[in-house]
Amino acid sequence: MILEHAQVLVVALPLLAVPVCALLPSRRWPGQFATLVAWAVLGFAVLLMAGVAEQGVLRYQLGGWAPPWGIEYRLDAMAALVQLLLALIAAVVFPYAARSLADEVDDGRVGGIFAALLLLLTGLLGIVATGDAFNVFVFLEISSLSGYALIAMGRRRRALVASFRYLIMGTVGATFFLIGLGLLYALTGTLNMDDLATRMPPLSASPTAQTALVFIVAGIGLKAAVFPLHQWLPDAYAEAPPAVAAFMAATATKVALYVLARFLFGVFGLEQLLEVPALQSALQGLAVAGMLAGSLLAMRAMDIGRILALSSVAQVGYILLGFALFSTAGLAAGLVHLFNHALMKAALFLALGAIVHRVGSGDLSRLEGVAHAMPWTMAAFMMGALSLIGVPLTAGFVGKWYLILAVVEQGQWWLVMAMLVASILSVVYLWRIVEVLYRRPAVLPARHEAPALLLLPTLLLAVANLVMGMHATPLVEWSMRASASLLGAGS
Amino acid sequence: MTAGDWLPLLLIVPMLGAAGILAAGRVPNLREGVTVVTSLLLFWVVVQLAMSGAEPRWVLTEPLPGLQLALSPEPLGLLFALIASGLWIVTSVYAFGYMRAKHEAKQTRFYAFFALSIGAAMGVAMAANLFTLFVFYEALTLSTYPLVAHHGDDKARAGARTYLRILLGTSIGLLLPAIIWTHQLAGTGEFTPGGILAGHAGPTVAGVLLVLYVLGVGKAAVMPVHRWLPAAMVAPTPVSALLHAVAVVKAGVFVILKLVVYVFGMEFLAGVPLERALLWLAGFTVVAASTVALRQDNLKRLLAYSTIGQLSYVVMAALTLGTTAGLAAALHIAAHAVAKITLFFTAGSIYVASGKTQVSQLDGIGRRMPVTMTAFTVAALSMIGLPPTVGFISKWMILQGALEADQLFVVLVLVVSTALNAGYFMPIIHRAFFRPERAVAREHGEAPPPMVAALVVTAFLTLLGALAADILVSTLAPVMTAGSSG
Amino acid sequence: MTGLEHYNYWIVIALMMSGLYALIARGNLIRKLIGLNIFQASVFLLYISVGFVRDGAAPILAPGVDSYSNPLPHVLILTAIVVGVATTALGLALAVRIHGAYGTIDDDQLDRQRD
Repeated sequence: MILEHAQVLVVALPLLAVPVCALLPSRRWPGQFATLVAWAVLGFAVLLMAGVAEQGVLRYQLGGWAPPWGIEYRLDAMAALVQLLLALIAAVVFPYAARSLADEVDDGRVGGIFAALLLLLTGLLGIVATGDAFNVFVFLEISSLSGYALIAMGRRRRALVASFRYLIMGTVGATFFLIGLGLLYALTGTLNMDDLATRMPPLSASPTAQTALVFIVAGIGLKAAVFPLHQWLPDAYAEAPPAVAAFMAATATKVALYVLARFLFGVFGLEQLLEVPALQSALQGLAVAGMLAGSLLAMRAMDIGRILALSSVAQVGYILLGFALFSTAGLAAGLVHLFNHALMKAALFLALGAIVHRVGSGDLSRLEGVAHAMPWTMAAFMMGALSLIGVPLTAGFVGKWYLILAVVEQGQWWLVMAMLVASILSVVYLWRIVEVLYRRPAVLPARHEAPALLLLPTLLLAVANLVMGMHATPLVEWSMRASASLLGAGS
Repeated sequence: MTAGDWLPLLLIVPMLGAAGILAAGRVPNLREGVTVVTSLLLFWVVVQLAMSGAEPRWVLTEPLPGLQLALSPEPLGLLFALIASGLWIVTSVYAFGYMRAKHEAKQTRFYAFFALSIGAAMGVAMAANLFTLFVFYEALTLSTYPLVAHHGDDKARAGARTYLRILLGTSIGLLLPAIIWTHQLAGTGEFTPGGILAGHAGPTVAGVLLVLYVLGVGKAAVMPVHRWLPAAMVAPTPVSALLHAVAVVKAGVFVILKLVVYVFGMEFLAGVPLERALLWLAGFTVVAASTVALRQDNLKRLLAYSTIGQLSYVVMAALTLGTTAGLAAALHIAAHAVAKITLFFTAGSIYVASGKTQVSQLDGIGRRMPVTMTAFTVAALSMIGLPPTVGFISKWMILQGALEADQLFVVLVLVVSTALNAGYFMPIIHRAFFRPERAVAREHGEAPPPMVAALVVTAFLTLLGALAADILVSTLAPVMTAGSSG
Repeated sequence: MTGLEHYNYWIVIALMMSGLYALIARGNLIRKLIGLNIFQASVFLLYISVGFVRDGAAPILAPGVDSYSNPLPHVLILTAIVVGVATTALGLALAVRIHGAYGTIDDDQLDRQRD
């Protein structure tokens, strides 16, 4: 009975938990409650993953209304992968947040902040779960609104400005997306994504379809922080409370990229995309520009949170590049890197959060020699950094390896060179951090490791980076499968 | 125990050693005991592996389908492993004397990372495929970084940063694409006698690949990617010995030799036009580095440039192609290792005993430190290529190989560089023994006993090597023949 | 078919452009929010225009009527309006907090103040 409805419960459970969480008294309860909910969600996600492995695509009709009239929830291999990722990150970050956020915000706000965190999770899970294009918009806005509120909770007043600017940019992006959906609906008369995919091919040459595509790509590109629509991201993630930044950096941009892949390949389909002049080269150009610009900006930033955020811009470039190859191998590589980047960025932001928790700052000039005081936190940070660079045997290597193979398959050597240059730049900006943190200050700080509740999730993710680097085969095979089924369905 | 059981020990022993060193950090004698025991144990393991003659395979993990992290011994790799693990024992003993005499800080960290970098070198030596090679190659770079930056002051950090920048930059920017490209072309990265690229790549593509490999293996220090080596001179002398003789640059030239034999295949390379250009580049490096060395006054810098020149001998010999030249390249790795480590040991001993670092200060020092300077002379003779040292034999074989392959260019380079080598080593020997001492800054004798013992041993190895060269050549010959006929 | 026949779409475009202009050009945070609202309203109009059927009646089943306007875009846009209201409310709340923290709601002056 419950299993049958797992596809909906995975979204409904955190949604129902939101008001409960907001009303819970005491500093500790909301965080613990949210953690329990996240773990339950993880349970559902694992069950659903097994279901998809067995049956291919899971479908659920909300309220028993059959599509295309009713809203259909649809879970294929790609969606199941992203859903599992969301649940995993939430299950690890929420207990961390339960400790760190409860210390950072005023008493009265603890319930609210965890309610917002759960709402954010709901929105992201909803985007992935639904098969209805307009539903995607609604969930996108649910996640965005709770995201703005969470970013505004940062320590410094600058967080308010970052949140406001993100709100303006994000709403414009969502509205662009909405325009694109409107045009698609005017053209086809349906909003069910499967239905859209079957009706699009004969209409794809029409200017309306191509305009819709441009609006959707621009709108989602903004949410995914694709260069040059990334300006909101560095401020937002650098100012947000670290636990929030960890969760959002690992999930929000990833889900936006998922939506991009879903619309590009699952709605428009490969053949139609190739008809749009210069679309492929434009996407590849933006991907490369993002990779290089993000890395170059990161080399000059002084705040660790900012450096990590800018490196996200670069990493989004890698993932987008995989998509923009318009090939099964490229999409699979993009998905692998999407999953792994979430692991490494979450580990890095959690480690940063532990440092900020102890030192009270994430500014490089104030962190000299912190590694001597917090060796375990730094070990986790190093692990994340190595993974981000793409050192072999870490998760980051796997995605890059397949990405390069996919690029080489198409003989585009300039893209290989761009990727390698960006990788070398990432060594430079991460090494700057490592060098400062390990530098020996005149007075050696006493051992002052982060509290266990912050340290354990951080180490867990750091180890996950290693494990996913050593045993990448299941993830790679699943991504290949997701990619093949999506591109097969689209064409 | 079968041969296959020895393989994991190559990595486990140094790692456990490093852990033991960290655990024993508070008791210097115990810590150094652990170091020596570990190095002896590792050498014993390598010897066992070499004696067994089997070529087992040990797969650590298979991170991606078809991409294994695997170790498998073969004669070239065993030679490198023997050199690295054998010289580690001597270097450890030397390091005890040096580090204590100089009252260096953070000695525990020093010995631990030293052990780790030897472990990484073992991985490079035994790598069964390109991927494994790359992993351990990078591990070697990273584990030697703290050693180069050991002093921790601005100068050390700047030098170490150059070291890291050039080695990581070339390996990620050139070596990795070459590896991926090779995978894409040949469908595999397994080292196979006779090469894997023949039939999969045209001469132009293979040429580009070879350029990527030769320049991408920055540790081989072919110009223009040699700058990290002089920059790394900021490190303590035992580290210089590690870099120049035991592991790092040796790993570089060894990798190039291995690529030529097992990835390209000598026969296939002979038809690659760009191969000649690289040969010339290596020849140019030999002459240019020797010329620069001629003008150095700082002894360690002089030795660093001499290393750059000597490494390019190996690269040049490997690219000369042919059985004799290939054997000469392998032999020269060993010859240069024992001689150069002796030279660095003497440079360190002079520094510890007298505080002198410049060639121009060495007048008459042979009378105060007769043992040290005799060892220096033996090693210098080997570097120049004079009998009765192992350097003479390896150079002789390079010459032979060049004549066999009709490479008059190589012959010319050998003649010129031998003259240059003599030009910068002979004046030092002359100064040390025949010039009167200038103003006496401080009275001193030989360096502490462990240091003297170490350099005497390596000097003897330089002489002994001449006798053992035969054994080495006959062991390696089958590999090279497979390489050139397969 | 002349361009004027689709005047509702021209209005949509005009509103969209003026909204975006206000959003980008105005330094005052409240004005930015107003621009955002105009921009969103243009999209609402777009949807409603799409749902309009010439001579169609309101979509309520009644005898003698066989042409109805499409109700779905209206429903969708109701949702979008709710989202828009929530966004505006959150934006205004942030503006109030920013005023409290910085003493100004001018974008340029915010950048000039360091933390």
